[in-house]
Amino acid sequence: VTTTVEQPPIAPEPEREAKETPKARHTLGMVALRVVGALVVPIAAFIVLWSTFDFLRDADANRFVLVGVAIAVGVGGVFFLYWAMNWVVNWLPERYREGVRPYVFVGPALVILAVFLIYPVINTILLSFGDRQGNGFVGLDNYEFVFTDDSMRRAIRNTLGWIVIVPLVATSIGLAFATLADRLRRGEAVAKSLIFLPMAISFVGAAVTWKLIYSFRPEGFGTNIGLLNGIKSGLGMSPTAWLQVKPWNNLMLMVIMIWLQVGFAMVVLSAAIKSIPDEIIEAARIDGASELQVFRRIIVPSIAPTIAVVATYMVINAMKVFDIVFVIGGAETNQTEVIAERMIRNFFLLDNDGRGAAIAVVLFVAVIPVMYWNIRRFREQEALR
Amino acid sequence: MTLTAPLPTEVEAAPPPSAQAADVRRGGWFVRITILIVVALWIIPALGVLVTSFRPESLVTTSGWWTAFAHLFDSGQWTLDNYRQALDAQGFENAFLNSLAVTIPATVIPITIAAFAAYAFSWMEFRGRYVMFVAVVGLLVVPLQMALIPILRLYVDGASLGGATIFPDLDLNGTFLGVWLAHTAFGLPLAVYLLRNFIGALPSSIIESAKIDGADHFTIFWRLVVPLSVPALAAFAIFQFLWVWNDLLVAYVFLGGTTENRVLTIALQNLVGSRGEEWHLLTSAAFISMILPLIVFFSLQRYFIRGLTAGAVKG
Repeated sequence: VTTTVEQPPIAPEPEREAKETPKARHTLGMVALRVVGALVVPIAAFIVLWSTFDFLRDADANRFVLVGVAIAVGVGGVFFLYWAMNWVVNWLPERYREGVRPYVFVGPALVILAVFLIYPVINTILLSFGDRQGNGFVGLDNYEFVFTDDSMRRAIRNTLGWIVIVPLVATSIGLAFATLADRLRRGEAVAKSLIFLPMAISFVGAAVTWKLIYSFRPEGFGTNIGLLNGIKSGLGMSPTAWLQVKPWNNLMLMVIMIWLQVGFAMVVLSAAIKSIPDEIIEAARIDGASELQVFRRIIVPSIAPTIAVVATYMVINAMKVFDIVFVIGGAETNQTEVIAERMIRNFFLLDNDGRGAAIAVVLFVAVIPVMYWNIRRFREQEALR
Repeated sequence: MTLTAPLPTEVEAAPPPSAQAADVRRGGWFVRITILIVVALWIIPALGVLVTSFRPESLVTTSGWWTAFAHLFDSGQWTLDNYRQALDAQGFENAFLNSLAVTIPATVIPITIAAFAAYAFSWMEFRGRYVMFVAVVGLLVVPLQMALIPILRLYVDGASLGGATIFPDLDLNGTFLGVWLAHTAFGLPLAVYLLRNFIGALPSSIIESAKIDGADHFTIFWRLVVPLSVPALAAFAIFQFLWVWNDLLVAYVFLGGTTENRVLTIALQNLVGSRGEEWHLLTSAAFISMILPLIVFFSLQRYFIRGLTAGAVKG
């Protein structure tokens, strides 16, 4: 087993070496010995870690043991790495130590981000101009595909629907609920946690949950066990295939995301509402403002920045929605494609790296301005806190 | 918001608020009924899953789950068989273990790495400190879709430039380590940003006095900063835990759908594909995938909410 691991702490050393004076107490040989000795420990550590990973690849091993070892190694490994690197630094000649130590602390974060985020961004942009194997140069062909393919155009249209409707509806319901719950004499906490509860559930779980609600059997093919069609047959109406009615089936999918995210909007907005000083609201009431006026003229303007943050967060989430459409399935036949789902379809299932990369780049370019704005607003909020 | 009018100090001139307004404010019938309706709407979908998962297959396929309430105390209405089947025959026990094996390290690793980095960015002097921090936070804008293809290519083929290997072919695809590293990278920018905000706001007098007492940075970090940062660490830990546990995309691309390796979300997605109409299995499987996040939700609600709201800017 061979390992090549980048050692960030060594990086700044050469330039400091230049300043070394011949007056150094340690002989050069002694220093070298210590440095070499210090390097043995992390290398040994890596060999141990690596052989454990080999064990983890062994599918025959007992699953409980394997999972236990995986957790222990993953959790213990990262602590051990820092401890070992710090130990190495303490073996360095004294005048280097404090110069090297900060890089031991930030080094791993920078290395991981460079390999797993910075390099991929550049690589994805390059790949988006290449063919399906990721080689060659095909010019703008992949981008042409993104903007002319029928399925892709529907995906863009549907995603636009998602980023308008989901934030609008979810934020509105969240705001209304937060405002009303604020006035409950009892049970506010319980009501809020029940609304918030879906936030704990995965998109996959939520998709299954709602698939049951939309479940459909044509007339004559048994009882409808889905809630919506159950109600319809209870009323004597014929059942509807909710997930196949174009283009409204897109709305049916958006409902799932709204169900998941209203809780988030509600919790954040509720905190903002509670931070409005009571005196202001009382004063308006005493001046004869109706409750609706209080809501429109005082509550909404006061928490407008928070509403903006919540809505942008949801815009970003809606742009990247993938799981719901993917799990419900039949995106092409039902014409419910969205951009992020097309990306996985083209890159992973159809094995076309070039097209997948081009879709990712389009998504990236669309997300940047919203995200930039969101981070700025987030920082302003943090500064106010 | 700006308020130009001074707050009134005397109330005698004020007209009495209308009876209806007062009713709304104190939480009258309108407020209570609206809240009740919304809460009911929000609970019903989850209730349907829960009830269906405990009903025998023969009943699930022939009647809606709501009819179970008519025979609430009839023991023939309820069964644990669906769970037995899902856990054993459908491999959800294994998937649950895999989810643990993915999620716990993929939560601890980014927090540890981010905490060290956040400490360095806050309390250590070194060249390029500010530039590096801004670069890390800037990576928040990268959607993870941008990273999937190149990372998968790295895992499968490694990377080389002009014949020289830059990144060795580590054969990480389909391994826990591969997923941990991917999740670590995707979680790091936010973690560094949040933890730096918190650790940077600790009083400098504490750090300085520890230095004077002769503690080195590693000791200060471990003995002083980590214990003081528990609220921020817990908030991010819960956010990351849920994010990884509920993630489908990263696991789908890097871990795959083989029976040994797949996590709960993948197993559930496969089940939808292969047995999409067998609701007794789908619902119990879905509930198995939800149980741990729900426990976290109910037991750590305060941290949970703080974590999720703090995580609002994740890319």
